[in-house]
Amino acid sequence: MNSNAAAEHLQVIRTLMERAALYRRALAPITLFTGGVGVLAGIVAFSFHVETLRAFGAFWLCVAVIAVAGAFLLARRQSLKDREPFWSPPTRRVAQALLAPLTVGLLVSAISIAGASSQDKADVALPVVWMLCYGCALHAAGFFAPRGVRLLGWFFILCACGVFCTLFSPEPLRNAAAANIVMGIFFGVVHLVYGTYFHFTEKQKDAA
Amino acid sequence: MSLEPSLQLDRVIHEKGRLAIMSLLAAAPKLSFTELRDTLNMTDGNITTHIRTLQEAGYVSVTKSFEGSRPLTTCALTESGRKAFANYINLLEQIVQRAKP
Repeated sequence: MNSNAAAEHLQVIRTLMERAALYRRALAPITLFTGGVGVLAGIVAFSFHVETLRAFGAFWLCVAVIAVAGAFLLARRQSLKDREPFWSPPTRRVAQALLAPLTVGLLVSAISIAGASSQDKADVALPVVWMLCYGCALHAAGFFAPRGVRLLGWFFILCACGVFCTLFSPEPLRNAAAANIVMGIFFGVVHLVYGTYFHFTEKQKDAA
Repeated sequence: MSLEPSLQLDRVIHEKGRLAIMSLLAAAPKLSFTELRDTLNMTDGNITTHIRTLQEAGYVSVTKSFEGSRPLTTCALTESGRKAFANYINLLEQIVQRAKP
């Protein structure tokens, strides 16, 4: 064996070892489901004028619970279908990576909701916090998942910074309706687009 | 007198399919049969043959259990498999190093 072949072998080994450590289970179905729930929730919240900070926080936290429960069930179904243990090492690593930023988001939300009066109106401040926490969570999980997850994390973080700027804009851009639209777009439409991308790229890989 | 590194390469691991299986198992404590098959795009028959060869060499242990009501086959590197794999990589690195000016 010459040195070029040996170097190629080492590269193949490295690639395979990295691949073994990545989480890939049901990414497209989970992202599409989350997107669907997000869009639906955005439409409901906007149509039914979920405007007070308490109602807004409680409503979107319930939506988050539904999305997480659905993601769990989809991952569980996929693991049963593939006859794999659900709590595999990549799953454990991704869950651990998600935990810290999502806990911060949950605590900040709980404090904001508990500290708000029943008259306080929601604005984009809470969505900005959620987008930042979610972006950080995706970015952390992206080290144990396909590269696109990390990029989606950066997308959320940068968009959160952009949305944050609207807090200094006139009233029409920082009311409850705008907050619901922001939630619907980022946690709904963006996930749907990304899920569709995942769906087709994973299919292409399967066909390759 | 020591042999050339390329002549010391373990023939069991050196085969492409088995090397891929060993590489995946080296990165995870254990992997299911389907995870290995799907990651490597191998057929059931092909991967079964390679795993059997690795098992006979004492490099891989195979455990059969149940996940709910479904049978689950998991593979893991044994201690001697891990050592053989580390040795194989060392030899590859030696071959690459020797070619450097």
